[in-house]
Amino acid sequence: GGGREPQGLAEKSSVQTVGEEQTQNPYTELLVLKGHQDIVRFLVQIDDCRFASAGDDGIVCLWNAQTGEKLFELHGHTHKITAIAPFSSSDAFEEKRHLIITASADRTVIVWDCTSGRQVQKVSCFHSTVKCLTVLQRLDVWLSGGSDLCVWNRKLDLLCKTSHLTDAGISALVELPKNCVAAAVGKELIIFRLTDSNNESEGWNVLEVKRLVDHQDNILSLVSVNDLTFVTGSHVGELIVWDALDWTKQASECNFWDSSVHPDVQPEIKLSQSPNETSVQHLTSDEEYVFAAVGKGIYVYNLQMKCVIACQRTAHDSSVLHIEKLPNRQLISCSEDGSVRIWELREKQQLPAEPVPTGFFNMWGFGRANKQANQAAKKMQENTPIYFLELVGDLIGHSSAVQMFLYFGELGLATCSADHLIILWKDGERESSLRSLTLFQKLAQNGDLQLKL
Amino acid sequence: MEHRRYRATENQVLGLMGITAEEWKLPVILFGDAEMVTFKDDLYREPPLPEEYSVPLFPFAGHGANPWAKVAGSKFTRDFILISEFSEQVGPQPLLTIPDDAKVSGTFDLNYFSLRIMSVDYQASFVGHPPGSAYPKLNFVEDSKVVLGDSKEGAFAYVHHLTLYDLEARGFVRPFCMAYISADEHKIMQQFQELSAEFSKASECLKTGNRKAFANELEKKLKDLDYTRTVLHNETEAQKKANDKGYYTTQAIEKANELASVEKSIIEHQDLLRQIRSYPYRKLKESEFHPYEPERALDRADAGCDQDLAPSDPAEPGETHLYTHIPSYTPKLIKAKSAKCFDKKLKTLEELCDVYFFTQTLDQLHHIERTFRGDVCYLLTEQISRALLKQQSVTNFLFEDVSFLDEKPPEKQYRGCQGLGQDATDGKCLEESLTPKVVVSLGSYKSSVECVPIKMEQEMEDSEEPKMSESVTSEPQENLDYLDADIKGSISSGESIEVLGTEKSGSGLTKSESQASLPVMPSPQAGRSKVGSRRTVSEDSIEVLSTCPSESLIPEDFKASYPSAINEEPYADNDDERGLRFAPRLSPGIADEQDDVSKQESLVQVDAACCIGKESPIFLEPLPELGQKPCEEDGVVRIPPQPYRAAEQGLRGGFPAHDGVPGGLLPYELDSRYLSGSREVSKSSLDECSDSTSYISSAASTCSDRTPSPAHPACQAGERHRKRAGQNALRFIRQYPFAHPAIYSLLSGRTLVVLGEDEAMVKKLVTALSIFVPNCGVYAKPVKHWVTSPLHLVDFQKWKLIGLQRTVSPAGVNVLHALSRYSRYLSILDADSKTLRCPLYKGTVVARLADHRTQIKRGSTYYMHVQSILTQLCSKAFLFTFCHHLHLPISEREPEESVVNRRMNFLKLQLGLANEDVKIVQYLAELLKLHYIQEPGRGGSPLLRFDYVPSFLYKI
Repeated sequence: GGGREPQGLAEKSSVQTVGEEQTQNPYTELLVLKGHQDIVRFLVQIDDCRFASAGDDGIVCLWNAQTGEKLFELHGHTHKITAIAPFSSSDAFEEKRHLIITASADRTVIVWDCTSGRQVQKVSCFHSTVKCLTVLQRLDVWLSGGSDLCVWNRKLDLLCKTSHLTDAGISALVELPKNCVAAAVGKELIIFRLTDSNNESEGWNVLEVKRLVDHQDNILSLVSVNDLTFVTGSHVGELIVWDALDWTKQASECNFWDSSVHPDVQPEIKLSQSPNETSVQHLTSDEEYVFAAVGKGIYVYNLQMKCVIACQRTAHDSSVLHIEKLPNRQLISCSEDGSVRIWELREKQQLPAEPVPTGFFNMWGFGRANKQANQAAKKMQENTPIYFLELVGDLIGHSSAVQMFLYFGELGLATCSADHLIILWKDGERESSLRSLTLFQKLAQNGDLQLKL
Repeated sequence: MEHRRYRATENQVLGLMGITAEEWKLPVILFGDAEMVTFKDDLYREPPLPEEYSVPLFPFAGHGANPWAKVAGSKFTRDFILISEFSEQVGPQPLLTIPDDAKVSGTFDLNYFSLRIMSVDYQASFVGHPPGSAYPKLNFVEDSKVVLGDSKEGAFAYVHHLTLYDLEARGFVRPFCMAYISADEHKIMQQFQELSAEFSKASECLKTGNRKAFANELEKKLKDLDYTRTVLHNETEAQKKANDKGYYTTQAIEKANELASVEKSIIEHQDLLRQIRSYPYRKLKESEFHPYEPERALDRADAGCDQDLAPSDPAEPGETHLYTHIPSYTPKLIKAKSAKCFDKKLKTLEELCDVYFFTQTLDQLHHIERTFRGDVCYLLTEQISRALLKQQSVTNFLFEDVSFLDEKPPEKQYRGCQGLGQDATDGKCLEESLTPKVVVSLGSYKSSVECVPIKMEQEMEDSEEPKMSESVTSEPQENLDYLDADIKGSISSGESIEVLGTEKSGSGLTKSESQASLPVMPSPQAGRSKVGSRRTVSEDSIEVLSTCPSESLIPEDFKASYPSAINEEPYADNDDERGLRFAPRLSPGIADEQDDVSKQESLVQVDAACCIGKESPIFLEPLPELGQKPCEEDGVVRIPPQPYRAAEQGLRGGFPAHDGVPGGLLPYELDSRYLSGSREVSKSSLDECSDSTSYISSAASTCSDRTPSPAHPACQAGERHRKRAGQNALRFIRQYPFAHPAIYSLLSGRTLVVLGEDEAMVKKLVTALSIFVPNCGVYAKPVKHWVTSPLHLVDFQKWKLIGLQRTVSPAGVNVLHALSRYSRYLSILDADSKTLRCPLYKGTVVARLADHRTQIKRGSTYYMHVQSILTQLCSKAFLFTFCHHLHLPISEREPEESVVNRRMNFLKLQLGLANEDVKIVQYLAELLKLHYIQEPGRGGSPLLRFDYVPSFLYKI
C-alpha cells in the first residue's frame, strides 16, 4: 500500500478527507473473510447472495454475502488466477445452473458448479495464459482471450479460434452489437465478428473486421456503455469514445488528467507526470456518464457534452484500481492505498466565483489556479450545471491495496485486497434489525413466545 | 450504626436471593428446626458451669460483633476433614486430617472425636456366615451419612461411614469414616447434600481402589491355598504310600483334616472373589450409583494407574485378563493355624486402596476442604448466585466467567423456564417433603439375608409413624419430649453426641411398592430422596434423628453371571444425571452479580416476561416485608442465606402477580422517574452496602488466617485475579480523570489500546480495565495483555482491550502507523504520556461505575460493585433485546421510523439511559442477539461494529 507521493506535501494535503463523523456512510459493521493465502484480485457475483473470490493463490472461494460464510473452497488451479467470469445457464429445460469459469496462469480454464462446489470441466489445451474471459449469453458461447481468441460453447468444445495475434495477448474483451467483440491487444483495438459457419450446424467462425490504432499506448480498460457506444482508456490517459456499430471515434479526451480546459499548456508538467499517474485503470459507465479511474483521480465524463464535468484529481493517495457507480448517484472507488471511498456526484448551486474542481490546481499555486478555474467556470456555466464529487465516506480496513470490490446493494460491499483478506462491509443498522428478526423467529421456533403465567 | 449496617447487608443478601422466611425449612435434612432450637435452649438453661468448663456459644455476641463468626466457640481454628478407623486392634483411632496441620485441630481431641463418630456407624455391615448360607458373604453396603453434633466440643460433623475389605481383617471388613468437622452447625446442615455428594465421590474412589486391591489379595491367597493344597495332597499321598499298617495315624488324620479345611477355604475364597468381581455389574443397574470417575486425572489414570483400568468387555470372562496383568507371584505355603494374632500389622489405608486411588481420594478431600471452608453464608451466597447465574443463560456470558458454571445440555439449561408445568408437579412433591416426615416402613429395609438392620428401632419407629410426622412439624418441643420419653436409652452412648440426620440414597426405596407412603423429594441437585427415620434418642443428649438402612445389594442371580474383571468404566454415564461430578463452581467474587439487583430490577424483569414469556429467567420473589424478617432484638438478622433449590424457585419464584395488568407493561415499572429514583436509592444503598461489605470483609479478614475463604481450585487464581483487577481498577479511576470515557469505550465495544513502553505498567492497566470488558461469547475474555507487533483489523474483532508495546525502533513506527490508520476503531490510552484519545462520553452509567470519590477501599469490594452495576446494565440490555415491538413493527403497515422512535424512547425514557449510555446498551444487546441466534457449535466469524464518531484527546 502506501503509494508514492512524488508531488510532496502539497499534493498529499490535497487528498480530500471526510472527517471522523461520516453520517452518510452506512457501513458500520464489518466481517473479515479469511480464505486466501495470497493477493485476492477478483470478486464476481454469482447470484443475489453469493460471490466468488479468486487471486494469486489459485484458490477460488465461494462466499455467502449475507453471513460471510465460506461455502466452498475450489482447488484446481496450480497458478494464479488471471480471469474469472460467471456463466449462468438459461436453459428452459433444466434448472438454472450457476457456473463460473476461471482462467489461470497454469494455462488451464476450469468451469465450476457453484451449487455443488465441484469442477465441471477443465480445458488445458492453451498455448498461453488466458487473460480475459467473456460470456456471450445471447449466443450461449464464451470467449477466452490470450495470445489468440477462442470461442467455446457450453460443453467446452472449441468452436473456432483466431490466428496468433500477439505474444502479449488480449488484455480486455467487450461484447458489441451484431455478434461483434472488441479486443484490446496492446495499443490496438481489434474488432472481431462471429459468423455462422456454413458447413456445421452449431459452429461459429471468428473474423477480424477492423483494427483501430488510435491509442498511443496500451489499452488498459474497455467498457461498453450501451448498444451504440463503447469506451476505451489507455495507459497514457487517453479516453476514446467509440461508435459500437461502425467503430468510429466519436470523441476523445487525451489530456484530461491535466486540465480539461487547456490541454496544451504546461507540457513540462505533462512530462513530469509518470505514466502511472495518468493511466486509465478502470472505466465504468451508466447511460449518461463514463467514470474513469485515472491515476489517483476519478473523472466523470459526460457522454453527451463530451467533456469531463467533475473530477477528483487526487481521490486517493495512490492509484485507483476500481470504481463502480451505485444507483444512488454514488460512486465507490478503491485504491492501492488500501482505502475504499464513497463519493457522491452533486450538483453545485450556481456560485459563479467558485472553481469547478476545488483544490484542483492547488499544486500549481493559487494565483494561476484561480485564474484558470475562473475561466473554466465561465465556460462551464454557459450550458450546464456544475457538478462535483463529494466524499461521503471512506472504509479503512485493508492493510494493503484494495484490488476490487463488489457492491451487493443492501447486503453490503465486499472488498478484496492484497492483504489476502476479503472484507464484507455492512450496514450496521440493517444487520442489527435483521438479527432482531432472527432472534424473534428463533424464539417463536423454540415456542418461547407464549406467555405462561 | 453497626446494626443498621448489618441489617442492610443481610436484607440485601436475603432479598436478592428471593428467599422468604417460609422457605427456610430445609428439604435436605429431615428434621425440623425445632431440634436445633431446643438444643440451644437446653444449653441456655443449663446450670452455670465453672468458668473453665464453660464454652461460650457466641463469644462475640456483644454489641457490634460479627454475628457470623461462630467459629470462635470451638477448640479448633477452622474446618477440617478427619479420617478415622475403627481398628479391631486398638478401637477408634484418627488416621489423618485434612489439612494435615496440627494447628488446625488445635486442642481438639481427635481421639475422642474419632470414638464419637465411629460409634454412630449404622452401616450394619456384616460379613461372615449368615444363617442359612454356607459361605461368608460380602455385603456391599451403602455408605451411611450422618450429621452429628458434639456440643461440648463445639463441633459439628458430617460423618461418612464406609467399609473397606481386607482379607486379614476380622470379617474381612475394616470400618472407616470420613468426617467434615466444623464449628458451624448450619454449615453442616445446609451443606449436607453437597457434602454428601462430594464425600460420596471420595468414598467411591476409595472403594474402587479397595475392590481392586481386595481382588488381587484374594487371587494371591487362592494361589497360596492352591499351592498349599498341592503340597498337603502330596504329603497325604506320600503318607498313604508309606503307611501300610491299614489304619490312619493321627498324623494322617490331621493332614486329611487340614486338606479338607484348605479345600473349604479355597471354595470360600473363590466365592469371595466371584462376589467382589460381580460388583460393578450389579451396581450398573442402579440409577443411584455414582461410580468414581477420576476426572481431572484421567490421563494420569491411564498412564500411571495400572492395567486394571484397561478397557475390557464386560461380557468377556476376565479371569485370564486379570491374571495376565498381575505380576508373577510365588505362592506361599499357608500354615494350618491361621496367624491371627493381635500383633500382626494391619494394612494401612493406602495399602488397602492402592496408592493411586488413595492419592485421588486425598485430592478429592482437599478439594472438599477448599470448597467448604469459610463462612456458611459465603458458601450459600455463592451457591445461590451460581444457581441463579446458571439460569440466566441468555445474559450471563457477558460479564461472568461462565466456564465455572456447570456445563449442562442446553435443554436442561432452560428447564426452569420451559418445564414450568413439570416443575409445578415437582414442586408439590417438594413441598410435601419440606415438611419433615419421619416415615419408615419395614420394607425400607431390604429383607435380604445379608442385611442386618437394627430392627428394634425400626419396629418402634413404625408404630410411631403417623404421630411423629405430625408432631415434628407442629409441636417440636412436645415432640422432643415425646421422643425422650419413649425412645431414650435405646443406644448406649456418650454424653453429648447428637446424630442429627443421616441420608439414604433412596432409589432402592422408592422403587419398592411398600414405599408408597414415603415422601419423594426430587432434589434438583442430586435427585436423591431422603428418608428420615428416627432411630434412637439417648439417655443424655445423644439424638439419632435419622439414618438410613443399609441394604445388601447383590441379587442372587447376578452374582455369578459376570465373573470378569472389575471394570469401573462402563457406567460412567449415570454421573451426569446425578450431578455428582466435581461441580465446577463459580468463585464467589463473580457470583455476586445479584448483589445489587434490587427490587426495581426484579420488577423490570417482569416486563421482559411480558414480551418473551417463559424464556425469561426465573424471577426472584420480591423482597419480603421488613416486618416478616426474623430479626432479633438488636436488629441483627441471624439467619444466614438459605440454600437455593432450583425447582423450588421454579415453582415459587414465578412471576410476581400483578393483578389487573396481566402481561402488560406496568406503567410505574417503566416510568423513568421510578427507575431513576430507585437508581438513586440503589446508589445510596450501594454506598452503604459497599461500606458494610468492606466492613464485613475486613472483619472477616481479621480472622482470615483462621478461616480462609472457600475457593475452588480452578478459580482460586481467578479470585486472586479479580481482587487484583478490582484494586487496579480502583487505582485507575482515582488516578486518571479520564477513566470514564475509557470505560465507556470498553462497554460500547470500541477496542481500547493501552500503549506504553513498560510492560508491567501496561499489563496492570489492562488487568484493571479488563473487568469492564463484555465477553463476546462463552469463550475467553477478549483481552490481550501485551502485543508487540502492529495491530490489524482482525485484532479488533478478536480483542476489545489490548496492551501494546511502544518502541522507538522502526518496528515501533509501524506500530504507531497502524494505530493511526485504524484510529477510527480504537481508543488509545497512552500510559506513558497519560493521555487518552477516544470518543466523548456524557452518560451517567459509567459515573456510577467508576466514581473516583468512591469510599470503596478494597479491590474485591470494588469488583463486586462493578459487577452489580454491570448486572443492571445486562438486565437493561436483556429487556431491550427481547422486547418484540422495539425491533419489529407492531402492524405490517407501521413505518420503520416509528419503530425506531419507539426504540429510542424505550432506551431513553423507560430505561432511563442518557446520551452515550444508549450505545452501551445497544452494544450489549447486539452481543445478546448474536449469542442467542448463534448456531451451537458454529463459532461464526466475529464481526466488528463501529461508529463514525469524532475522538477527543484527554490529558491529565
